[in-house]
Amino acid sequence: MSSEIVPPAIYFRVWAALLILLGLTTVLAYIPMGWFNAFLSVTIAFAKAMIIVLFFMHVRYKGRLVRVFVCAGVFWLAILFTLTLGDYFTRSWLPAPTVWLR
Amino acid sequence: MARPVEHQFDDFEQQHEAAYQGMWIFLATEVLFFGAVIFAYTLYRGIYYRAFLEGSHDLSVLMGGINTGVLLCSSLCMALAVHAAQRGRINQLIVFLLATAVIGSVFLGIKGMEYYSHYKDHKVPGLNFFDSGDEPQHVELFMIFYFVLTGMHAVHMLIGLGMLLILALLAARGKFSAAYYDPVDIGGLYWHFVDVVWVFLFPLLYLVDRAAK
Repeated sequence: MSSEIVPPAIYFRVWAALLILLGLTTVLAYIPMGWFNAFLSVTIAFAKAMIIVLFFMHVRYKGRLVRVFVCAGVFWLAILFTLTLGDYFTRSWLPAPTVWLR
Repeated sequence: MARPVEHQFDDFEQQHEAAYQGMWIFLATEVLFFGAVIFAYTLYRGIYYRAFLEGSHDLSVLMGGINTGVLLCSSLCMALAVHAAQRGRINQLIVFLLATAVIGSVFLGIKGMEYYSHYKDHKVPGLNFFDSGDEPQHVELFMIFYFVLTGMHAVHMLIGLGMLLILALLAARGKFSAAYYDPVDIGGLYWHFVDVVWVFLFPLLYLVDRAAK
């Protein structure tokens, strides 16, 4: 079996980093920064997810094909978010034509 | 005892890659499964922001935070279990699998305590929801998202627990070795994925503009 063996020391470091990020996201949530709070917490969540996927889930040690599959799921999700939110949050930009209602 | 390579594969390496790849395809569908609900949540959070903020502030950051930490610890255990399998240390593998299951159960226990406190606070939609604020139906919508997301996650955890116990049983029966441990590796992927989902749920549900108010 040639699957790469990751030394446990790396797992412990990854785990510590995740706990630090958890503390960080919790503390930062209580500092008033307006919309930046939500942005920060989601960014940290993505960072944590990346660390888990790359190290705990071994994607860092695998070939490119695996990365394509990993990115595919996120890519379709990105389509869902961009297109639908693009619709909802730009609806108020243009006034609705009332002339049709007459 | 040692399993031969299935006839459609050249060697263990290829068989392992196929299993690993296939699991990622499944996980991609899981991303969309949770992603769709998270998307709907994002949309309504944008529309009914005040109500979602109020709803989120009724949740306990302490319990949610502890649960996130608990889940991260279980992921560490799972990673160590896979490592033990790779080294062919079967006893260690069984111990780590069971430890992961125990820590996972702690998560579900804390989650259950949270659910019970929502029940006591009359915050369960469809059962006893009551809110004295300006827009109770929108706070209720937040709680619906909360229960759907955490509930789906908890179901995944239950499936994961069953999986861990079966893996431990198979390991005890000598089904795994340093050459063949694909089910442990694949099970690990599943467990870590469930962890990743919670990593997103925690800030989205518990930390909605905590600085406000």
